[in-house]
Amino acid sequence: MAVQVLIPTPLQKFTADQATVELEASSVQELIEALDTAFPGLGNRLCDEQGKLRRFLNFYVNSEDIRFLDNQTTALSAGDEVSIVPAVAGG
Amino acid sequence: MTSTLASVTFKGLRCKECGHEYGAGARHVCEDVCFGPLEVVYDYDAIRARTTRASIEAGPVSIWRYRDFLPIEGDPIDVGTGFTPLLKANRLARRLGIKNLYIKNDGVNMPTLSFKDRVVSVALTRARELGFSTVSCASTGNLANSTAAIAAHAGMDCCVFIPADLEAGKILGTLIYNPTLMAVKGNYDQVNRLCCEVANTYGWGFVNINLRPYYSEGSKTLGYEVIEQLGWQLPDHIVAPLASGSLFTKISKGFDEFIKVGLVDEKKVRFSGAQAEGCSPIAQAFAEGRDFITPVKPNTIAKSIAIGNPADGPYAIDLANRTGGSIAAVTDDEIIAGIQLLAETEGVFTETAGGTTIAVLKKLVEQGKIDPSETTVAYITGNGLKTTEAVSAVVGEPHTIEPQLASFNAAWERAQSLQRATWESVGV
Repeated sequence: MAVQVLIPTPLQKFTADQATVELEASSVQELIEALDTAFPGLGNRLCDEQGKLRRFLNFYVNSEDIRFLDNQTTALSAGDEVSIVPAVAGG
Repeated sequence: MTSTLASVTFKGLRCKECGHEYGAGARHVCEDVCFGPLEVVYDYDAIRARTTRASIEAGPVSIWRYRDFLPIEGDPIDVGTGFTPLLKANRLARRLGIKNLYIKNDGVNMPTLSFKDRVVSVALTRARELGFSTVSCASTGNLANSTAAIAAHAGMDCCVFIPADLEAGKILGTLIYNPTLMAVKGNYDQVNRLCCEVANTYGWGFVNINLRPYYSEGSKTLGYEVIEQLGWQLPDHIVAPLASGSLFTKISKGFDEFIKVGLVDEKKVRFSGAQAEGCSPIAQAFAEGRDFITPVKPNTIAKSIAIGNPADGPYAIDLANRTGGSIAAVTDDEIIAGIQLLAETEGVFTETAGGTTIAVLKKLVEQGKIDPSETTVAYITGNGLKTTEAVSAVVGEPHTIEPQLASFNAAWERAQSLQRATWESVGV
Protein backbone atom coordinates (compact mmCIF):
# COMPACT_ATOMS: atom_id res chain seq x y z
CA MET A 1 0.00 0.00 0.00
CA ALA A 2 2.84 2.41 -0.69
CA VAL A 3 1.78 5.99 -1.45
CA GLN A 4 3.95 8.77 -2.74
CA VAL A 5 4.10 11.99 -0.74
CA LEU A 6 5.30 15.33 -2.11
CA ILE A 7 7.01 17.26 0.67
CA PRO A 8 7.07 21.10 0.43
CA THR A 9 10.44 22.82 0.78
CA PRO A 10 9.86 24.09 4.34
CA LEU A 11 9.36 20.51 5.57
CA GLN A 12 12.23 18.93 3.68
CA LYS A 13 14.57 19.54 6.60
CA PHE A 14 12.69 16.70 8.32
CA THR A 15 13.05 14.37 5.34
CA ALA A 16 16.80 14.79 4.76
CA ASP A 17 16.04 17.11 1.83
CA GLN A 18 13.91 14.53 0.01
CA ALA A 19 11.13 16.19 -2.01
CA THR A 20 9.28 12.88 -2.42
CA VAL A 21 8.94 10.04 0.05
CA GLU A 22 7.16 6.67 -0.12
CA LEU A 23 5.23 5.30 2.83
CA GLU A 24 2.66 2.66 3.68
CA ALA A 25 -0.74 4.04 4.70
CA SER A 26 -4.41 3.31 4.04
CA SER A 27 -5.75 6.72 5.07
CA VAL A 28 -4.55 10.31 5.40
CA GLN A 29 -4.59 9.95 9.19
CA GLU A 30 -2.41 6.84 8.98
CA LEU A 31 -0.12 8.65 6.59
CA ILE A 32 0.37 11.52 9.06
CA GLU A 33 1.28 8.97 11.74
CA ALA A 34 3.61 7.14 9.37
CA LEU A 35 5.30 10.41 8.42
CA ASP A 36 5.87 11.22 12.09
CA THR A 37 7.32 7.76 12.75
CA ALA A 38 9.64 7.94 9.75
CA PHE A 39 10.59 11.56 10.34
CA PRO A 40 10.23 12.38 14.05
CA GLY A 41 8.83 15.87 14.68
CA LEU A 42 7.06 16.16 11.35
CA GLY A 43 3.65 15.25 12.87
CA ASN A 44 3.73 18.31 15.13
CA ARG A 45 4.32 20.49 12.15
CA LEU A 46 1.40 19.07 10.20
CA CYS A 47 -1.13 19.02 13.04
CA ASP A 48 -2.00 21.32 15.92
CA GLU A 49 -2.14 20.33 19.59
CA GLN A 50 -5.58 18.75 19.08
CA GLY A 51 -4.23 16.53 16.31
CA LYS A 52 -6.13 18.45 13.61
CA LEU A 53 -4.38 19.36 10.39
CA ARG A 54 -3.20 22.96 10.55
CA ARG A 55 -5.63 25.28 8.82
CA PHE A 56 -2.99 26.88 6.61
CA LEU A 57 -1.88 23.52 5.18
CA ASN A 58 -3.63 21.89 2.25
CA PHE A 59 -3.55 18.14 1.57
CA TYR A 60 -4.32 16.79 -1.90
CA VAL A 61 -4.83 13.15 -2.87
CA ASN A 62 -4.26 12.71 -6.61
CA SER A 63 -4.75 16.48 -7.02
CA GLU A 64 -8.06 16.56 -5.11
CA ASP A 65 -8.25 18.65 -1.93
CA ILE A 66 -9.08 16.28 0.95
CA ARG A 67 -11.75 18.76 2.10
CA PHE A 68 -13.71 17.61 -0.97
CA LEU A 69 -13.05 14.00 0.09
CA ASP A 70 -13.19 12.74 3.70
CA ASN A 71 -10.63 15.06 5.29
CA GLN A 72 -8.25 13.16 7.56
CA THR A 73 -10.17 9.89 7.15
CA THR A 74 -9.78 9.97 3.34
CA ALA A 75 -8.80 6.46 2.19
CA LEU A 76 -5.54 5.89 0.31
CA SER A 77 -4.59 3.08 -2.03
CA ALA A 78 -1.30 1.90 -3.47
CA GLY A 79 0.09 4.29 -6.04
CA ASP A 80 -1.82 7.35 -4.79
CA GLU A 81 0.03 10.64 -4.80
CA VAL A 82 -0.41 12.88 -1.77
CA SER A 83 0.68 16.49 -2.02
CA ILE A 84 1.19 18.75 0.99
CA VAL A 85 0.96 22.44 0.10
CA PRO A 86 0.94 25.51 2.35
CA ALA A 87 -1.93 27.93 1.53
CA VAL A 88 -1.04 30.85 -0.74
CA ALA A 89 -2.77 34.06 -1.77
CA GLY A 90 -3.86 34.54 -5.31
CA GLY A 91 -5.19 36.66 -8.10
CA MET B 1 22.07 49.09 -5.32
CA THR B 2 21.53 52.62 -4.09
CA SER B 3 20.04 51.70 -0.76
CA THR B 4 21.25 53.09 2.49
CA LEU B 5 20.34 51.69 5.88
CA ALA B 6 18.47 54.87 6.66
CA SER B 7 16.10 54.36 3.72
CA VAL B 8 14.93 50.95 4.94
CA THR B 9 11.79 51.15 7.05
CA PHE B 10 11.05 47.44 7.42
CA LYS B 11 12.74 44.99 9.72
CA GLY B 12 11.78 41.49 8.70
CA LEU B 13 8.85 39.10 8.56
CA ARG B 14 6.51 37.88 11.29
CA CYS B 15 3.84 35.17 11.38
CA LYS B 16 0.37 36.67 11.48
CA GLU B 17 -0.85 33.71 13.55
CA CYS B 18 1.84 32.88 16.12
CA GLY B 19 4.18 35.88 15.96
CA HIS B 20 7.32 33.87 15.14
CA GLU B 21 9.89 36.12 13.42
CA TYR B 22 11.97 35.59 10.29
CA GLY B 23 14.49 37.56 8.25
CA ALA B 24 13.40 39.54 5.20
CA GLY B 25 14.06 36.76 2.67
CA ALA B 26 11.92 34.96 0.08
CA ARG B 27 9.51 32.99 2.26
CA HIS B 28 5.80 33.21 2.81
CA VAL B 29 4.73 30.78 5.50
CA CYS B 30 5.68 30.23 9.12
CA GLU B 31 7.77 27.21 8.31
CA ASP B 32 9.28 26.78 11.79
CA VAL B 33 5.96 26.63 13.66
CA CYS B 34 2.42 26.84 12.30
CA PHE B 35 2.42 27.56 8.53
CA GLY B 36 0.50 30.78 9.07
CA PRO B 37 1.09 33.61 6.58
CA LEU B 38 4.09 35.92 7.10
CA GLU B 39 3.77 39.69 7.15
CA VAL B 40 6.32 42.45 6.85
CA VAL B 41 7.31 44.17 10.11
CA TYR B 42 7.92 47.92 9.91
CA ASP B 43 9.62 50.46 12.12
CA TYR B 44 6.65 52.82 12.49
CA ASP B 45 8.64 55.27 14.65
CA ALA B 46 11.07 55.73 11.75
CA ILE B 47 8.19 56.14 9.30
CA ARG B 48 6.43 58.66 11.55
CA ALA B 49 9.63 60.66 11.91
CA ARG B 50 10.15 61.09 8.19
CA THR B 51 6.63 61.21 6.72
CA THR B 52 4.20 64.12 6.54
CA ARG B 53 1.23 64.90 4.32
CA ALA B 54 3.44 67.42 2.54
CA SER B 55 6.29 64.95 1.96
CA ILE B 56 3.84 62.46 0.44
CA GLU B 57 2.18 65.12 -1.74
CA ALA B 58 5.63 66.13 -3.03
CA GLY B 59 6.38 62.54 -4.11
CA PRO B 60 5.91 60.87 -7.49
CA VAL B 61 2.39 60.49 -8.93
CA SER B 62 2.48 56.74 -8.36
CA ILE B 63 2.41 54.24 -5.50
CA TRP B 64 6.02 55.20 -4.80
CA ARG B 65 4.90 58.41 -3.06
CA TYR B 66 4.22 55.92 -0.22
CA ARG B 67 7.62 54.28 -0.50
CA ASP B 68 8.30 54.51 3.24
CA PHE B 69 5.32 52.20 3.82
CA LEU B 70 6.48 49.60 1.30
CA PRO B 71 8.99 46.76 1.85
CA ILE B 72 11.84 47.64 -0.48
CA GLU B 73 15.42 48.70 0.18
CA GLY B 74 16.62 50.49 -2.95
CA ASP B 75 15.21 52.18 -6.02
CA PRO B 76 11.75 50.98 -7.03
CA ILE B 77 10.69 49.69 -10.43
CA ASP B 78 8.43 52.65 -11.22
CA VAL B 79 6.18 52.08 -14.21
CA GLY B 80 3.73 54.79 -13.16
CA THR B 81 1.57 52.39 -11.17
CA GLY B 82 -1.08 53.86 -8.91
CA PHE B 83 -2.68 57.18 -8.10
CA THR B 84 -5.69 56.22 -10.20
CA PRO B 85 -8.82 58.43 -10.25
CA LEU B 86 -11.26 58.59 -7.35
CA LEU B 87 -14.51 59.57 -9.07
CA LYS B 88 -17.44 61.16 -7.27
CA ALA B 89 -20.17 58.91 -8.68
CA ASN B 90 -23.24 61.14 -8.47
CA ARG B 91 -25.30 59.52 -11.21
CA LEU B 92 -24.73 55.98 -9.92
CA ALA B 93 -25.43 57.17 -6.37
CA ARG B 94 -28.73 58.70 -7.45
CA ARG B 95 -29.71 55.53 -9.28
CA LEU B 96 -28.99 53.48 -6.15
CA GLY B 97 -30.57 55.96 -3.75
CA ILE B 98 -27.48 57.03 -1.80
CA LYS B 99 -25.67 60.37 -1.56
CA ASN B 100 -21.90 60.12 -1.15
CA LEU B 101 -20.50 57.47 -3.45
CA TYR B 102 -16.99 57.31 -4.90
CA ILE B 103 -15.47 54.91 -7.42
CA LYS B 104 -11.78 54.13 -7.04
CA ASN B 105 -10.99 53.25 -10.62
CA ASP B 106 -8.05 50.85 -10.89
CA GLY B 107 -9.38 49.75 -14.27
CA VAL B 108 -7.08 52.48 -15.59
CA ASN B 109 -4.07 51.54 -13.49
CA MET B 110 -0.72 51.40 -15.28
CA PRO B 111 0.68 49.51 -17.08
CA THR B 112 -1.91 46.69 -17.42
CA LEU B 113 -5.23 48.17 -16.27
CA SER B 114 -5.80 46.36 -12.99
CA PHE B 115 -4.88 46.77 -9.33
CA LYS B 116 -2.36 43.95 -9.78
CA ASP B 117 0.16 46.46 -11.11
CA ARG B 118 0.45 47.74 -7.54
CA VAL B 119 1.37 44.41 -6.00
CA VAL B 120 3.62 43.37 -8.87
CA SER B 121 5.57 46.64 -8.83
CA VAL B 122 6.43 45.96 -5.20
CA ALA B 123 7.03 42.21 -5.68
CA LEU B 124 9.39 42.59 -8.65
CA THR B 125 11.33 45.40 -6.97
CA ARG B 126 11.85 43.10 -3.99
CA ALA B 127 12.55 40.09 -6.25
CA ARG B 128 15.39 42.01 -7.88
CA GLU B 129 16.77 42.97 -4.47
CA LEU B 130 16.67 39.34 -3.36
CA GLY B 131 18.64 38.30 -6.45
CA PHE B 132 15.96 36.58 -8.55
CA SER B 133 16.44 36.74 -12.32
CA THR B 134 13.27 34.77 -13.17
CA VAL B 135 9.86 35.77 -11.85
CA SER B 136 6.64 33.83 -11.99
CA CYS B 137 3.07 33.65 -10.70
CA ALA B 138 -0.13 31.64 -10.59
CA SER B 139 -2.83 33.85 -12.01
CA THR B 140 -6.51 34.21 -12.87
CA GLY B 141 -5.42 36.60 -15.65
CA ASN B 142 -4.78 40.09 -14.34
CA LEU B 143 -1.75 39.07 -12.33
CA ALA B 144 -0.29 37.29 -15.38
CA ASN B 145 -0.72 40.47 -17.47
CA SER B 146 0.97 42.56 -14.84
CA THR B 147 3.84 40.22 -14.00
CA ALA B 148 4.69 39.73 -17.69
CA ALA B 149 4.56 43.48 -18.43
CA ILE B 150 6.57 44.72 -15.48
CA ALA B 151 9.11 41.87 -15.87
CA ALA B 152 9.56 43.00 -19.48
CA HIS B 153 10.16 46.58 -18.32
CA ALA B 154 12.65 45.45 -15.68
CA GLY B 155 14.41 43.02 -18.03
CA MET B 156 13.64 39.94 -15.94
CA ASP B 157 12.85 36.46 -17.27
CA CYS B 158 9.23 35.51 -16.75
CA CYS B 159 7.21 32.28 -16.71
CA VAL B 160 3.55 32.55 -15.70
CA PHE B 161 0.80 29.99 -15.09
CA ILE B 162 -2.92 30.47 -15.79
CA PRO B 163 -6.01 28.24 -16.01
CA ALA B 164 -6.38 27.26 -19.71
CA ASP B 165 -9.99 28.54 -19.98
CA LEU B 166 -9.29 32.25 -19.38
CA GLU B 167 -10.76 35.08 -21.46
CA ALA B 168 -8.96 35.71 -24.78
CA GLY B 169 -8.05 39.28 -23.79
CA LYS B 170 -6.23 38.11 -20.71
CA ILE B 171 -4.25 35.50 -22.63
CA LEU B 172 -3.28 37.89 -25.43
CA GLY B 173 -2.60 40.58 -22.84
CA THR B 174 0.02 38.31 -21.32
CA LEU B 175 1.54 36.82 -24.49
CA ILE B 176 2.26 40.22 -25.98
CA TYR B 177 5.06 40.75 -23.44
CA ASN B 178 6.63 37.45 -24.58
CA PRO B 179 6.93 35.56 -21.30
CA THR B 180 6.73 31.77 -21.18
CA LEU B 181 2.99 31.23 -20.59
CA MET B 182 1.76 27.92 -19.17
CA ALA B 183 -2.00 27.38 -19.70
CA VAL B 184 -2.88 24.68 -17.18
CA LYS B 185 -5.86 22.40 -17.81
CA GLY B 186 -7.48 23.01 -14.46
CA ASN B 187 -8.97 25.71 -12.22
CA TYR B 188 -7.01 28.41 -10.40
CA ASP B 189 -6.64 26.39 -7.23
CA GLN B 190 -5.04 23.58 -9.22
CA VAL B 191 -2.75 26.06 -10.95
CA ASN B 192 -1.75 27.43 -7.58
CA ARG B 193 -0.97 23.99 -6.19
CA LEU B 194 1.17 23.19 -9.22
CA CYS B 195 3.03 26.47 -8.79
CA CYS B 196 3.79 25.66 -5.15
CA GLU B 197 5.39 22.45 -6.34
CA VAL B 198 7.31 24.31 -9.07
CA ALA B 199 8.41 26.88 -6.50
CA ASN B 200 9.78 24.02 -4.43
CA THR B 201 12.07 22.84 -7.20
CA TYR B 202 12.89 25.88 -9.37
CA GLY B 203 14.69 28.83 -7.85
CA TRP B 204 12.19 31.39 -9.12
CA GLY B 205 10.55 34.34 -7.46
CA PHE B 206 6.81 33.60 -7.46
CA VAL B 207 5.13 36.89 -6.73
CA ASN B 208 2.13 35.31 -4.99
CA ILE B 209 4.05 32.48 -3.30
CA ASN B 210 7.55 33.03 -1.93
CA LEU B 211 7.36 36.81 -2.50
CA ARG B 212 3.81 37.07 -1.15
CA PRO B 213 4.62 39.03 2.04
CA TYR B 214 6.12 41.82 -0.12
CA TYR B 215 3.65 41.48 -2.99
CA SER B 216 0.54 41.78 -0.85
CA GLU B 217 1.79 44.99 0.75
CA GLY B 218 1.30 46.76 -2.58
CA SER B 219 -2.48 46.63 -2.06
CA LYS B 220 -2.18 48.95 0.95
CA THR B 221 -1.67 51.81 -1.50
CA LEU B 222 -5.37 51.50 -2.46
CA GLY B 223 -6.08 52.55 1.12
CA TYR B 224 -3.54 55.39 1.24
CA GLU B 225 -4.71 56.90 -2.05
CA VAL B 226 -8.36 56.99 -1.05
CA ILE B 227 -7.46 58.80 2.18
CA GLU B 228 -5.35 61.33 0.31
CA GLN B 229 -7.92 61.80 -2.48
CA LEU B 230 -10.74 62.35 0.03
CA GLY B 231 -8.72 65.30 1.36
CA TRP B 232 -6.87 63.32 4.05
CA GLN B 233 -9.98 61.69 5.45
CA LEU B 234 -11.17 58.15 5.88
CA PRO B 235 -14.39 57.04 4.17
CA ASP B 236 -17.24 55.56 6.25
CA HIS B 237 -17.71 52.39 4.24
CA ILE B 238 -15.82 50.55 1.51
CA VAL B 239 -16.97 47.79 -0.84
CA ALA B 240 -14.34 45.64 -2.56
CA PRO B 241 -14.24 42.33 -4.41
CA LEU B 242 -13.05 39.22 -2.58
CA ALA B 243 -10.94 36.59 -4.33
CA SER B 244 -8.22 35.39 -1.94
CA GLY B 245 -9.26 38.11 0.52
CA SER B 246 -5.82 39.73 0.49
CA LEU B 247 -6.76 43.06 -1.15
CA PHE B 248 -9.62 43.57 1.32
CA THR B 249 -7.44 43.10 4.39
CA LYS B 250 -4.60 45.19 2.99
CA ILE B 251 -6.87 48.20 2.32
CA SER B 252 -7.69 48.01 6.02
CA LYS B 253 -4.00 47.76 6.91
CA GLY B 254 -3.34 50.86 4.80
CA PHE B 255 -6.01 52.81 6.69
CA ASP B 256 -4.67 51.60 10.05
CA GLU B 257 -1.09 52.55 9.22
CA PHE B 258 -2.02 56.12 8.26
CA ILE B 259 -3.87 56.42 11.59
CA LYS B 260 -0.92 54.92 13.45
CA VAL B 261 1.63 57.41 12.09
CA GLY B 262 -0.72 60.36 12.52
CA LEU B 263 -1.48 61.14 8.87
CA VAL B 264 -5.25 60.85 9.31
CA ASP B 265 -7.71 61.07 12.20
CA GLU B 266 -9.01 57.78 13.52
CA LYS B 267 -12.47 56.75 12.42
CA LYS B 268 -14.31 53.46 12.17
CA VAL B 269 -14.61 52.30 8.56
CA ARG B 270 -17.03 49.53 7.62
CA PHE B 271 -15.66 46.87 5.25
CA SER B 272 -18.01 45.03 2.91
CA GLY B 273 -16.91 42.35 0.46
CA ALA B 274 -18.28 41.13 -2.88
CA GLN B 275 -18.24 37.63 -4.34
CA ALA B 276 -19.83 35.87 -7.30
CA GLU B 277 -22.36 33.20 -6.29
CA GLY B 278 -20.54 30.68 -8.48
CA CYS B 279 -17.47 31.06 -6.27
CA SER B 280 -18.48 32.40 -2.87
CA PRO B 281 -16.74 30.41 -0.13
CA ILE B 282 -16.16 33.57 1.93
CA ALA B 283 -19.73 34.87 1.56
CA GLN B 284 -21.09 31.42 2.46
CA ALA B 285 -18.95 31.22 5.60
CA PHE B 286 -19.97 34.79 6.55
CA ALA B 287 -23.66 34.01 6.08
CA GLU B 288 -23.39 30.88 8.20
CA GLY B 289 -21.41 32.62 10.94
CA ARG B 290 -18.36 30.42 10.40
CA ASP B 291 -14.78 31.63 10.89
CA PHE B 292 -13.32 28.95 8.62
CA ILE B 293 -13.60 28.45 4.87
CA THR B 294 -14.99 25.38 3.15
CA PRO B 295 -13.38 25.35 -0.32
CA VAL B 296 -15.60 25.30 -3.43
CA LYS B 297 -15.11 24.57 -7.13
CA PRO B 298 -15.57 27.81 -9.07
CA ASN B 299 -18.25 28.18 -11.73
CA THR B 300 -18.77 31.85 -12.63
CA ILE B 301 -18.05 34.36 -15.38
CA ALA B 302 -16.13 36.39 -12.78
CA LYS B 303 -12.95 34.43 -13.45
CA SER B 304 -10.56 37.01 -12.04
CA ILE B 305 -12.02 36.44 -8.57
CA ALA B 306 -12.72 32.71 -8.94
CA ILE B 307 -10.60 31.36 -6.12
CA GLY B 308 -12.27 28.38 -4.47
CA ASN B 309 -9.80 28.07 -1.61
CA PRO B 310 -9.08 31.65 -0.51
CA ALA B 311 -6.02 31.87 1.73
CA ASP B 312 -7.01 35.12 3.44
CA GLY B 313 -10.70 34.22 3.70
CA PRO B 314 -10.74 33.90 7.52
CA TYR B 315 -9.16 37.35 7.86
CA ALA B 316 -11.71 38.87 5.47
CA ILE B 317 -14.60 37.44 7.50
CA ASP B 318 -13.07 38.74 10.71
CA LEU B 319 -12.63 42.22 9.19
CA ALA B 320 -16.23 42.43 7.97
CA ASN B 321 -17.53 41.25 11.35
CA ARG B 322 -15.28 43.56 13.37
CA THR B 323 -16.21 46.68 11.40
CA GLY B 324 -19.94 46.07 11.04
CA GLY B 325 -19.63 45.39 7.33
CA SER B 326 -21.14 42.63 5.26
CA ILE B 327 -20.12 40.02 2.68
CA ALA B 328 -22.58 39.18 -0.08
CA ALA B 329 -22.69 37.22 -3.33
CA VAL B 330 -24.48 37.97 -6.61
CA THR B 331 -25.41 35.91 -9.66
CA ASP B 332 -23.66 36.11 -13.03
CA ASP B 333 -26.69 37.98 -14.45
CA GLU B 334 -26.46 40.54 -11.66
CA ILE B 335 -22.72 40.88 -12.37
CA ILE B 336 -23.40 41.68 -16.03
CA ALA B 337 -26.08 44.18 -14.99
CA GLY B 338 -23.54 45.70 -12.59
CA ILE B 339 -21.01 46.18 -15.39
CA GLN B 340 -23.70 47.87 -17.52
CA LEU B 341 -24.94 50.05 -14.68
CA LEU B 342 -21.46 51.42 -13.91
CA ALA B 343 -20.75 52.05 -17.59
CA GLU B 344 -24.08 53.78 -18.27
CA THR B 345 -24.09 55.97 -15.17
CA GLU B 346 -20.41 56.81 -14.75
CA GLY B 347 -18.61 56.07 -18.02
CA VAL B 348 -16.44 53.41 -16.39
CA PHE B 349 -16.14 50.06 -18.17
CA THR B 350 -15.09 47.43 -15.67
CA GLU B 351 -14.51 43.71 -15.90
CA THR B 352 -16.53 41.03 -14.15
CA ALA B 353 -14.90 41.60 -10.74
CA GLY B 354 -16.02 45.25 -10.90
CA GLY B 355 -19.50 44.16 -11.98
CA THR B 356 -19.57 41.94 -8.90
CA THR B 357 -18.64 44.88 -6.67
CA ILE B 358 -21.30 47.17 -8.16
CA ALA B 359 -23.97 44.44 -7.98
CA VAL B 360 -23.15 43.79 -4.32
CA LEU B 361 -23.12 47.54 -3.62
CA LYS B 362 -26.64 47.71 -5.08
CA LYS B 363 -27.76 44.73 -3.05
CA LEU B 364 -26.38 46.16 0.20
CA VAL B 365 -28.14 49.48 -0.43
CA GLU B 366 -31.41 47.65 -1.09
CA GLN B 367 -30.98 45.67 2.13
CA GLY B 368 -30.39 48.87 4.10
CA LYS B 369 -26.82 47.89 4.90
CA ILE B 370 -25.37 51.13 3.50
CA ASP B 371 -26.46 54.36 5.14
CA PRO B 372 -27.49 56.71 2.29
CA SER B 373 -25.51 59.61 3.76
CA GLU B 374 -22.26 57.79 4.57
CA THR B 375 -19.19 58.28 2.39
CA THR B 376 -18.88 54.99 0.51
CA VAL B 377 -16.02 53.96 -1.76
CA ALA B 378 -16.44 51.09 -4.24
CA TYR B 379 -13.16 49.63 -5.47
CA ILE B 380 -13.10 48.85 -9.19
CA THR B 381 -10.07 46.64 -9.70
CA GLY B 382 -9.97 45.81 -13.41
CA ASN B 383 -10.82 46.93 -16.94
CA GLY B 384 -13.79 45.74 -19.00
CA LEU B 385 -11.88 45.53 -22.26
CA LYS B 386 -10.20 42.40 -20.90
CA THR B 387 -13.46 40.47 -20.45
CA THR B 388 -15.57 41.53 -23.41
CA GLU B 389 -16.97 37.97 -23.65
CA ALA B 390 -18.99 38.66 -20.51
CA VAL B 391 -21.03 41.48 -22.05
CA SER B 392 -20.88 40.93 -25.80
CA ALA B 393 -24.36 39.37 -25.84
CA VAL B 394 -26.04 42.26 -23.98
CA VAL B 395 -24.57 45.44 -25.47
CA GLY B 396 -26.61 45.34 -28.67
CA GLU B 397 -25.47 46.16 -32.19
CA PRO B 398 -24.58 49.42 -33.92
CA HIS B 399 -27.12 50.89 -36.37
CA THR B 400 -25.57 50.21 -39.75
CA ILE B 401 -26.65 52.90 -42.25
CA GLU B 402 -25.94 54.23 -45.72
CA PRO B 403 -23.95 57.47 -46.01
CA GLN B 404 -27.20 59.38 -46.72
CA LEU B 405 -29.33 61.65 -44.58
CA ALA B 406 -32.52 59.69 -45.28
CA SER B 407 -30.91 56.51 -44.05
CA PHE B 408 -29.76 58.26 -40.88
CA ASN B 409 -33.21 59.82 -40.31
CA ALA B 410 -34.89 56.43 -40.48
CA ALA B 411 -32.32 54.81 -38.20
CA TRP B 412 -32.50 57.69 -35.69
CA GLU B 413 -36.28 57.27 -35.54
CA ARG B 414 -35.87 53.57 -34.79
CA ALA B 415 -33.18 54.26 -32.19
CA GLN B 416 -35.39 56.81 -30.40
CA SER B 417 -38.29 54.42 -30.10
CA LEU B 418 -35.99 51.66 -28.85
CA GLN B 419 -34.61 54.02 -26.22
CA ARG B 420 -38.10 55.05 -25.09
CA ALA B 421 -38.93 51.39 -24.57
CA THR B 422 -35.79 50.94 -22.46
CA TRP B 423 -36.55 54.01 -20.32
CA GLU B 424 -40.03 52.72 -19.62
CA SER B 425 -38.65 49.41 -18.42
CA VAL B 426 -35.88 50.95 -16.24
CA GLY B 427 -37.72 53.94 -14.82
CA VAL B 428 -34.85 56.40 -14.33
